[in-house]
Amino acid sequence: MKPLLITGGRVIDPSQKIDDQIDIMINNGVVEVLEKNLKPSAEIELIDAAGLVVVPGLIDMHVHLRDPGQEYKEDINSGARAAAAGGFTAVAAMANTDPVGDDPSIISHIQERARHAAVRVYPVGAVTRGLEGKEMAELGRMKNAGAIAFSDDGRPVVSSMIMRNVLQYATGIGALVIAHEEDPFLAAGGMMHEGSVSSILGLKGIPAAAEETMLARDLIILKLTGGRLHMAHISTAGSVELLRRARSEGLQITAEVTPHHLLLTDRAVKNSGYSTNTKVNPPLRSEHDRQALWEGLLDGTIDAIASDHAPHHPDDKDVEYDFAPFGIAGLETTLPLMLDELSSGRIRKLTLPLLVEKMTAAPAGILGISGGTLQPGSPADITIIDLSRTITVDPSAWYSKSRNTPFAGRRLTGAAVYTIVAGRLVMKEGVVSENGEY
Amino acid sequence: MQALRRKDILGLEEMSAEEITLIMETARSMREIMRRKIKKVPTLRGRSVLNLFYEPSTRTKASFELAQKYMSADSVSVAGTSSSLVKGETLKDTVRNVEIMGVECVIMRHPVSGSSQYLARNVEASVINAGDGMHEHPTQGLLDMFTILEKKGRLEELKVVIVGDIRHSRVARSNIWGLQKMGAEVVVAGPPTLMPPDLDVFKVSAFSRVEEAVENADVIMALRLQKERQEGGLFPSLREYAELYGLTAPRIAGAREDVLIMHPGPMNRGVEISSDLADGPHSVVLEQVAGGVAVRMALLYLLLGGIKEE
Repeated sequence: MKPLLITGGRVIDPSQKIDDQIDIMINNGVVEVLEKNLKPSAEIELIDAAGLVVVPGLIDMHVHLRDPGQEYKEDINSGARAAAAGGFTAVAAMANTDPVGDDPSIISHIQERARHAAVRVYPVGAVTRGLEGKEMAELGRMKNAGAIAFSDDGRPVVSSMIMRNVLQYATGIGALVIAHEEDPFLAAGGMMHEGSVSSILGLKGIPAAAEETMLARDLIILKLTGGRLHMAHISTAGSVELLRRARSEGLQITAEVTPHHLLLTDRAVKNSGYSTNTKVNPPLRSEHDRQALWEGLLDGTIDAIASDHAPHHPDDKDVEYDFAPFGIAGLETTLPLMLDELSSGRIRKLTLPLLVEKMTAAPAGILGISGGTLQPGSPADITIIDLSRTITVDPSAWYSKSRNTPFAGRRLTGAAVYTIVAGRLVMKEGVVSENGEY
Repeated sequence: MQALRRKDILGLEEMSAEEITLIMETARSMREIMRRKIKKVPTLRGRSVLNLFYEPSTRTKASFELAQKYMSADSVSVAGTSSSLVKGETLKDTVRNVEIMGVECVIMRHPVSGSSQYLARNVEASVINAGDGMHEHPTQGLLDMFTILEKKGRLEELKVVIVGDIRHSRVARSNIWGLQKMGAEVVVAGPPTLMPPDLDVFKVSAFSRVEEAVENADVIMALRLQKERQEGGLFPSLREYAELYGLTAPRIAGAREDVLIMHPGPMNRGVEISSDLADGPHSVVLEQVAGGVAVRMALLYLLLGGIKEE
């Protein structure tokens, strides 16, 4: 592979507090030099990034790739291509597959399948066997096999005793636990956020309290066990407040938020005429919650932005509301949605470096993986963004096998134009090619 | 007579007072037809209707079927148990298959809220919502308003009190929207666990004591109490419900002299309503049923635009 030189771009690397016009030389898959005015030559491949923004490869710390078991919805290859198209260079894949990723053999299988995928795929192992919440899974053996974190995502760990044991055990092996905070009794049968809109629509509600009571419980358990906990897909104002307080008390708690919770509310269910593409767990909340999520993101209470990419086959979603599965696919919309929000100026304090940090250094730090930085010597995972590129969300043109998005038809300004993984160009102007040939 | 300028009847939230008035006027003519010895007009001859009931129904189904027969429409009825639903066919496929056989209007009852909107989006035929989950039951709301109009001559400024499980009731929702659009005041009463969350959105006043709610009421409507709600832990027992919230003559003593007692049926006698009230001089429960046929005839007529064919 020839060395690659990216010239003339505005480099934003929050891990090094860089926001400057610098050139980047990549050799043997790693960032070699970061300097102004590097000289191109015949032996060097060149990307002219003038007018573009060059950032560390984006990391999506929460996706569902449905592989193994539900490859008709998505598989590791299609999901990785979707990630590359969306500007991501790495994703963390949740364990609610079939069979469940609760065993080192499944973790190894995923890594094997991911070897030729367009982007890095990091497996997340299950916390309990079969996601059943009863017996602790082999966290240590899975960690040794390559699991970067542990989560029963999609389901809460219902038993407080199991949660206590898991958090305590995790401290011994330095494992990260990711919690899906939901009281299954308060949420039972719920289809959308409980509030005025659910009352009008006659859909059973999932109260904000379902998330908040479980989060409060886990924060108290964390105080008991020590160690750390990451909260998946935070959705309510009350949760933001709980996190803020826990942090001020010194608890090691981190959290992520999805673009759909930042951009949509329960009104979307009504305005879309019960479109099942608005059915997601946790549900789209109230405007009050949405505002609080932005505040939490801007003041650092919420660390990261993750898609919670939950692909479903169009047939699965083309049914009555109650019968549709929960989930929004987000790999190919997350970055454009966030960039569009930035360019719209609707969120006054939102800046590009902050956005980049929430999608690079923050998730890398939480997961403890390399990447999320352009420091010389680190893997050359790089995303190049065109802030003025306009796209229309068209699920039929996706690399993902899924089509389930409530954002279809939206015109968005800002998108990734190059995705580079380990020095290899995997996406150029929206076209993905694993072998880097264009 | 005008026709309704809409493809579907999905709910009263989205309907205007003018449309409701037109339906009421049309239903009045239909009520006349029903009083004739030969209750059949050729208005919808050659038009085809599908009745698709994914939930058990006696009254609503019979009412729609008779309305179709009185109007000379051809109709076919499919019940949930015998339908392809059990064979795993989707709603969309089921209806598209029947639609291609020439059906122009689908009457659907379905346990899932929003399913009538989903169906309406996916077929060319007109859709009439005969009850979707906890969302709306517009024809019930219309027939309730028709009954009140027939008895009281107006809807404006009447105080209508709905008592019972508002939270899970599509009948309550349709009545709240419809009655308010027509200028009535709607009050609800029942145990707090059976009230919808964020009730303010309906702009109704709510009481947990029935006696207070019915003060000077012109109309009191009892809702059917579903036994599953007790299993869901929303109230302790049917007998406690009857004792605290059931409509009885002493409990509604504060209502107006000429109060109307209504119930959408089927009634749990001795639970949400006592038999002396259900069968008493103030009860219009059977008039509601008769009005139901008239209202459904009116809707079929207005949607299928019978005039054009004449």
